[in-house]
Amino acid sequence: MDPRLSVIEDRLSKIRRIIAVASGKGGVGKTLIASSLSLLLAKEDFKVGLLDLDFHGPSCDIVLGIRDVFPKEEKGIIPPKIYGISFMSIIYFAEDHPLPLRGKEISNAIIELLAITRWGELDFLIVDLPPGMGDEALDTIRLMRNNEFLIVTTPSILSLGVVTRLVRFLRKINANIIGIIENMRVEENDIIKKFAEENDIKYLGYIRYDRTVESALGNIDKLLKTIFINDLKNITKHLLK
Amino acid sequence: MHEWALAEAVVKTALEVLEMEKGKRLVELNLVIGELQTIDIEAFMFALKEISKGTPMENAKINVEYEKPEFKCLQCGFEWSIESLEKILNEEQIEAIHFIPELSHAFISCPRCGSPDFEVIKGRGVYIRSVKIEG
Repeated sequence: MDPRLSVIEDRLSKIRRIIAVASGKGGVGKTLIASSLSLLLAKEDFKVGLLDLDFHGPSCDIVLGIRDVFPKEEKGIIPPKIYGISFMSIIYFAEDHPLPLRGKEISNAIIELLAITRWGELDFLIVDLPPGMGDEALDTIRLMRNNEFLIVTTPSILSLGVVTRLVRFLRKINANIIGIIENMRVEENDIIKKFAEENDIKYLGYIRYDRTVESALGNIDKLLKTIFINDLKNITKHLLK
Repeated sequence: MHEWALAEAVVKTALEVLEMEKGKRLVELNLVIGELQTIDIEAFMFALKEISKGTPMENAKINVEYEKPEFKCLQCGFEWSIESLEKILNEEQIEAIHFIPELSHAFISCPRCGSPDFEVIKGRGVYIRSVKIEG
């Protein structure tokens, strides 16, 4: 009998909202949005946690410039608080070593992490998921009950085709979808807005493609001044309603 | 002390079993501890006793069976076990695996083909083998 499963609910019991940032496709800006959303919410004085569940490519730490910190061991592990965000990631343990994991192991690592992490009281726990409907997304649904999905896509048919399947899947299992964000918009279009209407999903708004983001990665003062953040701020208002 | 969190999970699960079986008292807890996780047994037992206080499993006899970690390479099929992690890993690596045993894939590889694509067949972490219930 695996004892870890029974304790996960307790560990998450003082978290008001769990928001998983998901998309079918990689490279659409999930990590950037999950990390920046955490930052914006923390700036609004909310108690925020950020959980990077992308074990094969953890990178929230790069967006936020987090280094040289480690969780505190106290009846479990307490995530360090950086810029007001309680941040948990496999990166603390794996550092820059490659971590090849198969499905069952990913699941096991997620269970372990959730069973030992003491988040305490939070208004929001933002979960950065890897692309697709693999173990990370399935375990988020299984282990973090009442979570909500925030879907990210670019206005490209390459991304939208996969997102369509993700939405269908989430609907099938009655998952709670907050809405969809159109990221990296380069020109006016209504592709995603139409898609949202057709699928009865809330269109949360668009974020313009911002060349300056790359050089702002790891520097939150610079990041907070980008067009990207400005556009995300408007979207964040929807989440607070 | 991260052992406390694991002990909490064990006590909660054991008490859930007791409730499910409609028993009054849990008198024996049989645990298996995989050595890959390098649990500090003294800290773990202390936490188990503390957390059980005032519950129907206070004073339960706790039996522990240790399991050496055993691996199977998923590339070449080779199976091996590790007698002592200290001989092949440094302190930081052992500590990372202590928190999340899957981190072994970052630091251990197949002795025959060198692949980190292996399965931990035995000895990963803590699980409850059985419990003895009264009433």
